[in-house]
Amino acid sequence: MIEIRGLEKYFGTLQVLKGIDLDIPKGEVLSIIGASGSGKSTLLYCINGLEAIQAGTVTVAGTDVHAKGTDINKLRQKMGMVFQQWNSFPHLTALENVALAPQIVKGKSKAEARDIAAKQLEHVGLGDKLHVYPSALSGGQQQRLAIARALAMEPDYMLFDEATSALDPELVGEVLDTMRLLAEEGMTMICVTHEMSFARDVSDRVAFFNQGVIEEIDTPENIFGSPKSEHLQKFLSNIR
Amino acid sequence: MELTISFFSGFQPSDLLYLTQAAWRTLLISILSISIGTVLGGLFGWMMYEGKWAAALTLGPLLDVFRSVPLIIQLVLFYNFAPIIGLNLDPFLSGVVILSIYCASLVANVARGGMEAVGQPMRRAARSLGMTYWQDLRYVVLPIGGRAVFPSWVGVALGVMKDSALVSVLGYIELLKASQILITRTQEPLLILTIAGAFYFALSYPISRYAATLEKRWSS
Repeated sequence: MIEIRGLEKYFGTLQVLKGIDLDIPKGEVLSIIGASGSGKSTLLYCINGLEAIQAGTVTVAGTDVHAKGTDINKLRQKMGMVFQQWNSFPHLTALENVALAPQIVKGKSKAEARDIAAKQLEHVGLGDKLHVYPSALSGGQQQRLAIARALAMEPDYMLFDEATSALDPELVGEVLDTMRLLAEEGMTMICVTHEMSFARDVSDRVAFFNQGVIEEIDTPENIFGSPKSEHLQKFLSNIR
Repeated sequence: MELTISFFSGFQPSDLLYLTQAAWRTLLISILSISIGTVLGGLFGWMMYEGKWAAALTLGPLLDVFRSVPLIIQLVLFYNFAPIIGLNLDPFLSGVVILSIYCASLVANVARGGMEAVGQPMRRAARSLGMTYWQDLRYVVLPIGGRAVFPSWVGVALGVMKDSALVSVLGYIELLKASQILITRTQEPLLILTIAGAFYFALSYPISRYAATLEKRWSS
């Protein structure tokens, strides 16, 4: 369970999050849509503790992310994050990329970490690329590698920050398929996305962000079928 | 009976041994200075990268002094002024101290460049996996940034090795000083300088070859 209460975030004098209240129960797939600069990605960074916040609280599995005494590194193990840029570690093979964190963060043995890594790479369809360096992988494969790397920490939550935005159009499908697979397996997911079909088909709820507030949050049927707010109607009509 | 003393005598095989020992001393002072300088330089580079303006205001200008003042001046000044503050260092140790600081001032900028080369998104990805600041530095920034600036570092290291010749002004008998002594005796500067040059080359070449091999392996 992720609970967000009165979250406010500033970059300098610019307020990017203006009081967010949001609960994400376990097992839910929440998609966040909205125009660029509306604060969607920043929200994910605040949930993961990669950005400091100025007001409010973010609680993950009962722990306050931004409290002083919180062991943020331990808490982050529960939250996998996938970024727009996949950021594979270029000096490591696919297997080593995935095995690194289980080994050094969780203290697993090398053999154990490699087993987990091989299993997760298989999971995302990269079972035949274990010993390949990222430079020899396509963008879509590298993004799936990033997903496997996050999954190897056995997280309870997965945060996706526009995971397909930097990909060539023909590579988007394979990454979305992997995300769909995770959703079907019951993973709790927060997906900032521009892929409306993904948001519609896979999500339990969809949140529409506009200028730092959640303007509308509802089932995909209602968000896409009968949008209430004027901004959302305009946003959707611009996309179609 | 021969009464005149001969000051000059030609180049003898034993002189080659003398030069080899001197080359060993060049190697010794270089390895020590480059090692200490690299560790210190990495530390300074990290401070300049993380400390931002505080380090930029203090450490930056200080390192600029060591980078800008000719090494020979630094050596002579340090060797002569150190005893005043109670540091009685022999030419070898004085040379190590100054060469190390000089090397560190060069490596600091290389190291900072390497950290900047890794980029914020990569580091956030590492931290998002639960890595601590230090794990990120050790397992992500060091190998990625290190490889990016490795050629620059090799350049610095080879430069410091050649610059170690300047320690000869303090009387430390390394390769250049040994050559000067032999030139005085043999009056054969061209021959001796050619041999000394060959020694320097023999010291540098394996390093640059090995570096090239490493780079090749990393790029594939």
